Amino acid sequence: MLPNLNNLPVYDTVGVDERTARFRSRSIKTASKKEGLKLAISMIDLTTLEGKDTKGKVQQLCYKAMHPHDSYNDIPKVAAVCVYPSFAGIAKKALEGSGIYVASVATAFPSGQTALKVKINEVKTAVDHGADEVDMVISRGEFLSGNYQYVFDEIAAVKEASGNAHLKVILETGELDTLDNVRKASEIAIYAGADFIKTSTGKVQPAATLQVTYVMLDAIKDYYLKTGKMIGMKPAGGISNAKLALQYLVMLNEVLGEKWMDKSYFRFGASSLLNDLLMQLIKEETGVYQSSNYFSKD
Amino acid sequence: MQKKENKDLFKASWKYSKAPESTGHIQIQKKYDLYIDGKFTKPVKGKYFDTINPANDEKISVVAEATAEDVDLAVKAARKAFSGWSKLSGKDRGKYIFRIARLIQERAREFAVIESMDGGKPIRESRDVDIPLAANHFFYHAGWADKLQYAFPNRKPKPVGVVGQIIPWNFPLLMAAWKLAPALATGNTLVLKPAETTPLTALKLAEIIHASGLPEGVVNVVTGAGQTGADIVNHPDIDKIAFTGSTEVGRYIAKAIAGTNKKVSLELGGKGANIIFEDAAIDQAVEGIINAIFFNQGHVCCAGSRLFVQESVADKVIQKLKDRMETLIVGDPLDKNTDIGAVNSKRQLRTIENYIKIGLKEGGRIYQPECKLPKKGNWCAPTLFLNVSQSHKIVQEEIFGPVLTIQTFRTIKEVIEKANNTPYGLSAGVWTQNGAKIFHLTQKLAAGVVWANTFNKFDASSPFGGYKESGFGREGGLHGLYPYVKFD
Repeated sequence: MLPNLNNLPVYDTVGVDERTARFRSRSIKTASKKEGLKLAISMIDLTTLEGKDTKGKVQQLCYKAMHPHDSYNDIPKVAAVCVYPSFAGIAKKALEGSGIYVASVATAFPSGQTALKVKINEVKTAVDHGADEVDMVISRGEFLSGNYQYVFDEIAAVKEASGNAHLKVILETGELDTLDNVRKASEIAIYAGADFIKTSTGKVQPAATLQVTYVMLDAIKDYYLKTGKMIGMKPAGGISNAKLALQYLVMLNEVLGEKWMDKSYFRFGASSLLNDLLMQLIKEETGVYQSSNYFSKD
Repeated sequence: MQKKENKDLFKASWKYSKAPESTGHIQIQKKYDLYIDGKFTKPVKGKYFDTINPANDEKISVVAEATAEDVDLAVKAARKAFSGWSKLSGKDRGKYIFRIARLIQERAREFAVIESMDGGKPIRESRDVDIPLAANHFFYHAGWADKLQYAFPNRKPKPVGVVGQIIPWNFPLLMAAWKLAPALATGNTLVLKPAETTPLTALKLAEIIHASGLPEGVVNVVTGAGQTGADIVNHPDIDKIAFTGSTEVGRYIAKAIAGTNKKVSLELGGKGANIIFEDAAIDQAVEGIINAIFFNQGHVCCAGSRLFVQESVADKVIQKLKDRMETLIVGDPLDKNTDIGAVNSKRQLRTIENYIKIGLKEGGRIYQPECKLPKKGNWCAPTLFLNVSQSHKIVQEEIFGPVLTIQTFRTIKEVIEKANNTPYGLSAGVWTQNGAKIFHLTQKLAAGVVWANTFNKFDASSPFGGYKESGFGREGGLHGLYPYVKFD
């Protein structure tokens, strides 16, 4: 049932800016840095979402997901590979036996502008082709015009259509404008059955920011306090370097803590982030930076 | 101690490795003399005292103890320099002040590290707050130096003469900047006395002032304890006393100068009310509470040390506050991840611990997060007191440490009455998303500064000062020039 949205916490932008600046000022060094970098690698949803994606591209990406950097031991695999529904089957096959999940975007990603029936079909197709996780977008137009019930029902319908697949609900925070809206949309998504809430498609700027992620983590925290259920978080888009990824983890660590510091409850939607994490990790191991040519670009 | 229901719910597991700021680049002399008449001068009586790092009890350096004779020399040097300095054009005075500001910026890292070593405050604060703000004050007042006729149109402002300035240990360099910059901009000469526990950055500042080529005797720095301060206050050839510190000493100064022609400005203690309404952005308000009371270990005269929470949201706010306190990192002030550093001195630690004892005895319910405190040095865990009222001593008196008292209220009228029900009147904070409520409260709260939806924000252009027993006179902004000028 649609939760009461009139009683939600409100957010002060200046205050949230200051709070997130505090996370950014944490200095992560040596052992804790290595730990953080490895954790971040294991949380990546390695993503390709382009009109020009091909079977070949997706297969290459899947290999990279399983073998981020074979020259060094002890580097974890990424959490999932995220593709369009048409490549879900290909990814599933390529990743077979690896333990890496296939995530597929769906519901007329990235705009979400089509009929519910079509969206449901798309979700079912993706799941049939082997998607373990479905990344749906909410109808931002309906949300902004106040049709919260519509947004809620749509998510619930998609959840049902996803079956056993994990549902990540993309709020597209770059179009929601205010932090209060982000909280409201998080609330709707969580109560409608989201397993994860996700900031952005990556197609709209600004994509993920520490500020919106903070508000979403706060929603997850309150939901946990109320129900004891843990919801996952996925910032996506614009997190392209290790330093920023570590800052997200610092925030996760200090807001939700231990239980969420795991790929089951936190993901980074990213493509170029992986190589920077690898580069930093190997710098920590060897003491020197290697040329980017030593890191495979798939 | 009360056991917490929720403590492990959101426990942080990722421990950050040590990230200490390096100290290799800083220069601290083994021994510091007095800075009088443009020269570092040995004290007449030859006495020195140790300055100690409060985080590990180690001696950092020894510092000269100025006696009445030294103070007299300093005042004479300032008097001698006054005629030249006060007649210098505003533009030229400004040039020196700009130069001092730039030199502080150039050596900001060194200043930050020494401030943290000598005073115990976390490097995050000395680096991001104290030192930049100190430079900011010099830059701001350098701008006023040649514009005084616009600050006081048709009134011909004149400098008051030789100023005695006595500053506290909580923001050593910043308070020196607050005192020096306006005095210099308006053409006064001065004798500055830093606090005995934190003299180093003021002495480093003297080195910078020396390097800036400021005429001899315009700024004199004499170090010492209370007696040195008394010698300044009682010196017959001083025209004005500017003091920041405790209300107790403020009273002494007011008595001492009664019947003389000395001007005075006092910035004294406080017991700021921080008021959280039910319609506030609660999460940010919690952050504001943390910032209001745990900034600089609570050694802040304008700290928000009395929290008032509207009853309807009290449980929520207190729970969030406790959760947030669990993530505060207490420890080595030089570590970049430290949130709360060392208490400034053994004496202050005893004062704080004594108040905590009193609070417990009075029946207050204490809460402290589980944080390991280092063995050596002066440490106090961040502390909340619940179940207290206006009649409790810990609610009435300034503790000057990381100790917050929490009371609830029901109506605006009630909270205004309680917030104003204190001999102090320095600061207050209001947290609500309702703009009308903010303006209503800012008019009714008898406090020199009222912050809305934020706390502990400072700027050189914004006047700062108190009502009632929190003192008089303003520092910063146009208002901050008045205490340093006189009119025919």
